[in-house]
This record gives sequence, structure tokens and C-alpha cells, in this order.
Amino acid sequence: MNEKLLSLKDEIVSKLDQTNDLIDLDKIRVAYLGKKGSITALLKGMKDLSNEERKNFGAEVNQLKAQAAQLIEEKLADLKQKEIQREISSMPQFDITSPANLERGSYHPITLVQRECENIFRTMGFSIEDYPEIVTDYECFEALNIPKHHPARDMQDTYYLDNGQLLKSHTSAAQNAILKKYSKNLIENDTPIKAIFPGRCFRNEATDACHENTFFQMEGVMVDKDISISNLIYFMKTMLSEVFKKDIKVRLRPGFFPFVEPGFELDISCLICGGEGCPSCKHSGWLELCPCGMIHPNVLREGGIDPEKYTGFAFGLGLTRLAMMKYGIKDIRDLNSGSLKALSQFTDDE
Amino acid sequence: MFLSMNWIQDFVDLSGLDKLELIHKFSLSTAEVENEIFHKGSDISGIVVAEIKSVENHPDSKKLHLLKVDAGNGELTDVVCGAPNVRVGLKTAFAKVGAQVGEITIAPRPLAGFTSYGMCCSESEIGISDDHSGIMEITDDIPNGTDIKDAYQIDDIVFEVDNKSLTNRPDLWGHYGIAREFAALAGREIKPLELDDLNQYNSLSKVDMKIEDSLCQRYSCLQFENISRNVSPVNMRIRLFYCGMRAINYLADLTNYLMLEMGQPMHAFDSRKVEKIRIKRFDKPFVFQTLDGVERNIDENTLMICNGDTPVAIAGIMGGLDSEIVEDTTTLTLESATFNAVSIRKSTVRLAHRTDASMRYEKCLDPEMTVTAIARFVNLLKKYDNGVKVVSALTDEYAFRYDKIVLDFDKKFVDRYTGIYIDNDTIVKTLESLGFKVELNDDNFSVEVPSWRATKDVTIKADIIEEITRIYGYDNFDINTTRSPLYPVRASVVKTTENKVKDILVKKYNLHEVHSYIWAYNDELKAINIPVENNIKLANATNPNIETIRNSMIPTQLCQVKSNVSFAPDFGIFEIGRVVNGLDENNLCIENKKLAITLYSKTKNVKDVYFELRDILAVITDDLKHKALTFKKAEPKHSYEHPVNLNTILLNGKEIGTIGIAHPTVSKKIDKKASIVFAEIDVNEFSFTDAAAIMYDEPSKFPPMDYDISIEVPDGVFYDTLSECWKSVNSDILKNTKIVDTYDTDTVHSITIRFEFSSSERTLSSNEVQSVMDSVIANLADAGVKLRQ
Repeated sequence: MNEKLLSLKDEIVSKLDQTNDLIDLDKIRVAYLGKKGSITALLKGMKDLSNEERKNFGAEVNQLKAQAAQLIEEKLADLKQKEIQREISSMPQFDITSPANLERGSYHPITLVQRECENIFRTMGFSIEDYPEIVTDYECFEALNIPKHHPARDMQDTYYLDNGQLLKSHTSAAQNAILKKYSKNLIENDTPIKAIFPGRCFRNEATDACHENTFFQMEGVMVDKDISISNLIYFMKTMLSEVFKKDIKVRLRPGFFPFVEPGFELDISCLICGGEGCPSCKHSGWLELCPCGMIHPNVLREGGIDPEKYTGFAFGLGLTRLAMMKYGIKDIRDLNSGSLKALSQFTDDE
Repeated sequence: MFLSMNWIQDFVDLSGLDKLELIHKFSLSTAEVENEIFHKGSDISGIVVAEIKSVENHPDSKKLHLLKVDAGNGELTDVVCGAPNVRVGLKTAFAKVGAQVGEITIAPRPLAGFTSYGMCCSESEIGISDDHSGIMEITDDIPNGTDIKDAYQIDDIVFEVDNKSLTNRPDLWGHYGIAREFAALAGREIKPLELDDLNQYNSLSKVDMKIEDSLCQRYSCLQFENISRNVSPVNMRIRLFYCGMRAINYLADLTNYLMLEMGQPMHAFDSRKVEKIRIKRFDKPFVFQTLDGVERNIDENTLMICNGDTPVAIAGIMGGLDSEIVEDTTTLTLESATFNAVSIRKSTVRLAHRTDASMRYEKCLDPEMTVTAIARFVNLLKKYDNGVKVVSALTDEYAFRYDKIVLDFDKKFVDRYTGIYIDNDTIVKTLESLGFKVELNDDNFSVEVPSWRATKDVTIKADIIEEITRIYGYDNFDINTTRSPLYPVRASVVKTTENKVKDILVKKYNLHEVHSYIWAYNDELKAINIPVENNIKLANATNPNIETIRNSMIPTQLCQVKSNVSFAPDFGIFEIGRVVNGLDENNLCIENKKLAITLYSKTKNVKDVYFELRDILAVITDDLKHKALTFKKAEPKHSYEHPVNLNTILLNGKEIGTIGIAHPTVSKKIDKKASIVFAEIDVNEFSFTDAAAIMYDEPSKFPPMDYDISIEVPDGVFYDTLSECWKSVNSDILKNTKIVDTYDTDTVHSITIRFEFSSSERTLSSNEVQSVMDSVIANLADAGVKLRQ
């Protein structure tokens, strides 16, 4: 290669060495390989040469052109690589350990516990019923075999309204309506009645950390041709084991409630000690959890169901109590306080 | 109620059985026993009967005496004693060296210069009464050296039964009834009570007594005199004390003892004050002083025991001060009666005075018991005081008898109800052990209910099931699932709606679910300038602050916002709850289920917050119903509503709620600078509105075309006026519109709207798009809306 071409090549190499950005690089490409570039010009100037010279020189210029193009290409690749490197190194290191922003909404703890229970019963084929908070004396007492003079009716326990209605003092107030709603299906289609009804109840009493005048219960009933005490124990044990997500032992003791016969107080093995005895179960190994029993014949009859043909059981679960047990809420009044400091902690619907 | 195992064992032989195990069984089969069981006497030992042989005054102490006592071991023991009642010849309880008295182990102890080799004990120290006024005085008939526990029934197991678990069991309010349960549980026989034969007094004259009111079911009485005993026998006093009663005097103790034994309350009158016993009510209220010295207001519903027309006792509750036994009483009239349980309970509530007697009467006592109780009383009375003389014939008026109850059922009924197999023999034995009379023919049972269970407790066949199963033991039950046909269970639409709405509000909008009370809190509302609106009221609120049931949840929620202003600069709360909106034609409450949402922001202007809430409602509706809400300007009805921007919310043209801004008089009380916006929606109306189906719109294969116009919107022209301008063109190629830009100056409100055209059949020509747009622009012009220049 002649001197001129060699020095031109050196020139290109040196210029490329000094270049560090893509715009300059393109300028270099244009300056040498562009239409008006110096290498292009060399090719154009060959017309004055002899055939022989032209052949040799042409070959050398083309060689230089190819080399220059390759150098530029390499430089381009190099620069792009450097730019990526720059981009990588310019990325700051974030403090992944900084506190996360957990701001989000929350469910009322009763909603969470209620949903959990509802889902369990739904899987066991129970329907979920809704019921008013304001009911009649008939619904709350009369239909439930609670005679006129029963202490449960005393003014100090129940909130009565001006018009003679009352704020339901237990979810059992829905029993009559549920029985009536499904009795036709039971009698004509042999479809057992299986229903739960969660709801808010009211008791006219002074409030403190353990007592509220407004609280939630969940009532359940099952009625069919041969529902027995044995079935009742089975369902309570199965359901409570699901609620507490472990195998729960249950035991029944006689309990008196006018709307069931026999009536029971149901205890579960202590959740803390498993039955060994600990302070939270007052060393008995058992926790009193929910009243239940075989539906009283008068209650069935009042619901349009012949107690000679059908039997059933009912139970009442304290949803408020369950929520308190589950989340370790010590003051029942927190639940109705509307205090977001307390309630905003219940963010997840499992 | 406290129960003594010794007392129970007077009536049933439980020897060889584990008593604690039996008590546990009782708790599972009969009534709840409290956890703590008291082992009486277990903390004392080595205490013997000893006689004081000499008493010397202590040289340096006025209180102390130096005694020599004979503890039956043939020598005299030196004791230093500070009790005031020491005297030569007195027999007392003496704790020897090595004895245990509660926490103390007795050892020789130097006391004011002398050594005491033991301690004379008070009854309180032994734990058999609360008397600590002096050392125990023991009768002479007990030999020195006798262990005090051999002399008296100090060792005992005492347990407490929750009274609430006995409400339906009138027969369990005394030891005899409890003993019957233990007998059934242990498979042993109940012994009959030792009774006095009252027939022997038939020749004596009767007491002048007459029931003049049907509230008295049975009244039995007997007169006697010549009671010489004042202090009750020690064992009787111990039992009373263990069962939570104080010994008073022999006669009073004996009535209490009978009540604890048989559950039958009794009362002893001074016969001079009850010469003409009449049981009746009075027409007019009056004041009556009971034997505790309290003056009580008696009304016309309260049944009284009277001497002629002079009241002497409140029936079933408490005796009067005037007719009480006094020093010079010689003849006593013993009352044993039953009264209407409801009447007693109501009187108790009215008088706010519950007694051991009334507590029992409330439970419907067995009237058959009154005479037996007198026979038992006389038996015990004579046993400990043989000079007593009965001076009247038994006088008994039995005005109200419960029906005899016989229940018939078959074995199949038992099988069906229990779900397990219990053989006939077990059924018969169980029922008989509880006092039922059973006849069994093949598989058919005929069961007669004993009188003490027939007052209200056992009336139907299902009650018999309880008797059989509780004694059988629920722990012994096989447990089985049911066999029922399978059928699908549909979730209720309201329930589903509620759950979805809550999820959207919590998960998408970060709102917080709260609960609140169904009544309005006057004070809290007043604090934010909201007067309580007239609505149905609680008839018996104990707190005047919560009389009125709320007609909307918004005021409550505004109170809750106020109590949370320090929680965060921006937050939103919601609740699904009930309100009452007046009464229907049957005078019943119109109860509605509402969703209320309130948003609070210190950082955003009220317009942004308002639209945030509007969008929340729109998203809920779009999500659940695939429909759009519409709004209609509303006139304020409540003081907390800002008159501007108050809108009725409509779904399918039906009013379902309200959205608005808190009135300045209210919001200023909550937070001077914050924006507070609320909405309330009827959950049932919303839930029961049909959802539109999702209609799949296949994406067009042909290119879409957008057409933007910018318009100046005059004041007072709402978007629904604008949208009407293109909806009315009815073009099937105009698929969608949206606002892509807004531009506001002080004078001009301008927006840029993008019209999205497409066709699934062809490539659109600009001419056909332009022709639609020309119509739109013409309609806009007609509505007074110009294109922006």
C-alpha cells in the first residue's frame, strides 16, 4: 500500500482513538467513507490513472475502505458497549431494606371472621341468610318458645322500640323465618334445611371491656327427617375444627335455652393448652364456646314443620367472641369504636 | 350455690367412689360446677378437744392468760392464750405442737416471757365459721383428746354450681335434689328423708289461715312452742357456713338449713303477729318495713302475707320487721308455701331485692314439697331440742295443683333423636333413678314425671330424651354425619354484592371498613352541629344519649371521621349497616340496609375528592352491574348536606342513594381545612338491580379512526348535555368517546374530546367519519357549545 494510503489509515486509526461518542464517530465515517469522503474521493480520482495503476491502486483503496469500515464498525460496537456500561454504572443502588409503603384499606375484623365461617358452612352445603336487626316480639321470643314471663324478655335485657318492636337480642330471632322459608322444600322435595344466619344483636346492658350492647352472632340450623344428637356433635366438631384449623375436641353439657330440647353448652378443648389446663382456660382445659341443641318441637311446629316427622339442631356462635379470640382483641369496645388506629390493622381477607 | 358432699351423702351412699370424679360427671350431666373445688378441713390437722384446767393472769399483760390444758394425753400442757373467753372447765379446740392450722405449723413458742406449747383456736381459725371473737367453745360430752375432725364434720368437699345453670331445675335448689342426681349418676339408691309424722297433731286446732289470692299456690303452716335451744349444733352451723350462710340462731338457722336441704324456703313468724293469716294483694301502694330494716314500696301487684289486713311479709321474698321472732316470743308459726313464680320474679325486679327465697320461688317450686318440708323441719327441730311442742294441727290449703304429666313414646323415637343405640333396660333404669315412673310394653314407654320435675321442666317427650342422654353421658356418644340428598346452594345476591363491594373498596381504593351503632349518639352529633332527626326511639334506653334510631349512617360516619382526623391526612371509611326510615302501614319499622362511604382529605381539594367518590361508585356499578350510574341534582333534606353538588344517584333510572359534600357548619367542626365528601347507597336496591350481560365486541380487523375536537363548554352545561349531542346522531361507527385533555382559564372551560370510529366490515372513509362529526358539531352548536378557536 502506498504511503499516502498508509498515512490515511493511520489518520483514521488515530481519529477513532480520540473519538468517544457516536456523533463524532459518524462524522469520521462521513469524512472518510461518505459520498464526499476522502476515501471515496480517492476512488473518484482514479480516472486519471493508467489501467495498470488503476487496477493496483483501486485494489489498495478498496482494501483501505474495507479496513476503515471495519475499524469504524468495531469502534461503534465498542462505544455502544461503553454506553451500556455507563448506563449500568449510573444506576444508583436502591435501599431495598427501607420501610415498605403498606398503606391500604382494611376490613372490619368481624367481616373477616364472618367470611371465614360462611365459607366453611358453604362447603358443607349450608345457605347463608340475611335478616333484619329490628324484629317483632313474635320472631325474637314467641316463635322460639320463650314464654311471656321468661327473664329473657325483661326490659333490662332487650332494647324495645316505641312501636313495640325490638332490636333482636339473638340471631335465633331469624329461626322462625328461615324454617318457614324452607319448610315447603323440606316437606315436598325432601331437601334438608341447612342454613346459617350471621347478624348483629343487641342487649340493653352497660358496656365494659368484656360487654357490648351491640355484637355479632351466627346462628345455624339443620332440619331433616332423622337429625340426631349424634349428628349435632359431628357437625359442631367438624365445623369448629375448620374454624380453628386444628382438630378440636368438643364436649356437651346440659344447658337450658327455651328454643332447644335438649339444650347444650358446648365446650371446646382449650386452644392454648390443648386441654392440659392453663390460665386462659382457668386450668380446666376447656373453653365454653357456644350454646346449641335439638330444636324444640314447639319451634319446629311454629315454623310449619311437624316435629313428629322431622328433627333438627341449632347452634349460636359468637362471631364477636371468635374475632376477639382469633386476633387477641382484649377490649370488645374497640370493634365498634370506628377507630382506624385499631381497625386499619385488619388488611387481609386471607 | 355451694354444695357440701357430706350433706349429699346424708341421702346417698357414695362410699368407695371417687367424689371428684362424680362432681365432674355432675358438671357434664346436670349443671355446671365452677372450677375451684374446696377441700374443707384439709388445711388443719392435729387439733384436739382439750379442757382448760387452770387460768392465771399474765404478770405483764392484761390480755394474755397462762393456761394449763388437758388434751387427753394424761398430762397438763402450758399454753399462753389471748382469748377473752378463757375459763376453767371450758372445752376448746386445741392445736397441739406439730398441729397444722392453715399456713401455720404449731411449735413451742416463747410468748411474753413464757413458752406456749400449743394454741387454743377460734372457730374462724379452724375454718368452720367467721367467729374470731374468742376460742371455740365445745360441749362437755366430747372427751378430751378427741380429734376435732372426729368430733365434727369438718372434712368436706364443697363445690359451687353456677346458679344460671339451674334456672330450669327447681328440684336442684337443695341438697336432697342434688343427691338424687348423684344417686342416678353413681347408680346408687337415694334414701328417703327422715320426717316427723304430722298426723299426730291432727286433733289440735288449726291455724286461722286463708288464701285470698290465686298467686298463692299452696300455703302450709304449723305452730309450735317451747324452744329452749338458741345456738345450732356445730355440724349444722358448719354446713351452713360452708354453703355460704351465717349462723344466726337455732330457729333461723333451721329454716335456712331446710331451704338448703330441700330447696323449700320457710319463714317463722311470732304467732302473736299472725293470728289470722291471709294471703292477698292490696288495692293501693304502701310502704312496708322488711326484717332487714329497709322500708320498701309495695304496689298493688305484690303478694303479701297478712295478719288480717296488716301485712306481715312480702310473699316469697322477705318477712316484715314487726312479725320477726323477738326475745319474748313464745309461740311460732312456721310457713311453708309456694307462690306463682312469675309474680315473685316480677316483684323481685320491682323491689330490686332478690333473696335466697325469691331466687328459689322464681324457678317454679314443687307445691308437693311444702308439707314434707314442715315434717322434715319438725323432725330436725325435735332432734336437737326435745322440749319442743307442736301446738297446732298442720294447716294446709292447696289452691293450685299442677297437672300430672304422663309421656308416651317408643324406642324408635329415642333412637331417632339420639342417633345412637341405648337399650331399653338402660332407659328404664335411668328414668327410675331420677324419680320417673316407667311402664314398658314391648318398645312402648309410658313415663310419669315426678312432681318436682313437672312444674315446668319436663313436659314433652324431648325432655325425656335429655334425661336419658345426659345420664348416659354425651362423651359416650358415637358421632355420625348425616345422610341427606345433595343439592346446590346458591349464594344470596345481597351477600355476594356486599362481599364484592367490600373487596373493591378495600383492595382498590384503600378504604377502611368500620362498624357503628344503630342509634344516633346525641352528644357526638351535637359536637359537629348535627341535630338528631326525629325517628323511632328506644323505649327503654338506659342512656338518654342513645334514644333515637338513626335514619342515615352519614351523621354517624361524620362523627367517626372527626375521631380519626389524626389518623392520616387522607382516608376513607365505609360501612354496610342498617337504618330505619320511618314506619310502614302496619306500624313496623322500615329497615334499610345501606352502604355509606365518607372520604376525608387534607391534601386534595373538594372537587377532586368529590370526583374520587363519584368514580368509586361508578366503578362498583360497572364491576357488578356492567351499567353506568346517572345523577340528578337533589335538594338538601338534612342539615349536614351542602346544598351545592348534592345529587341523587340513579341506577336504571331508579333512585338508589345520595352523594354530597359535608355542610360547612359541620365540616368546620370536624376539620377547618379538610374536604369531606359522603355517599349513601341502598344495598338491597343496588343488589336486586339486574346486571347487564357482558356482550363480547370482537376487535375490528379494519383500522380504527380517531377524530379529536376541542370545545369551549359554557357555564352550567353538563357533560350529559354534550354526550346527548353525539348519542342522538346514532352512528354505528362511532364506538367510543373520551376526554383526552382539559384546558381551563379564568373565563373558559375547554375540553378536547376524542371520537373513536371503527367498523368491523370495512375500512372507514374520512368522508363518512366527517359526516358524522359534522352532525355532532351541529348538535353542539345548537346546544350553545362552540369549537375552540
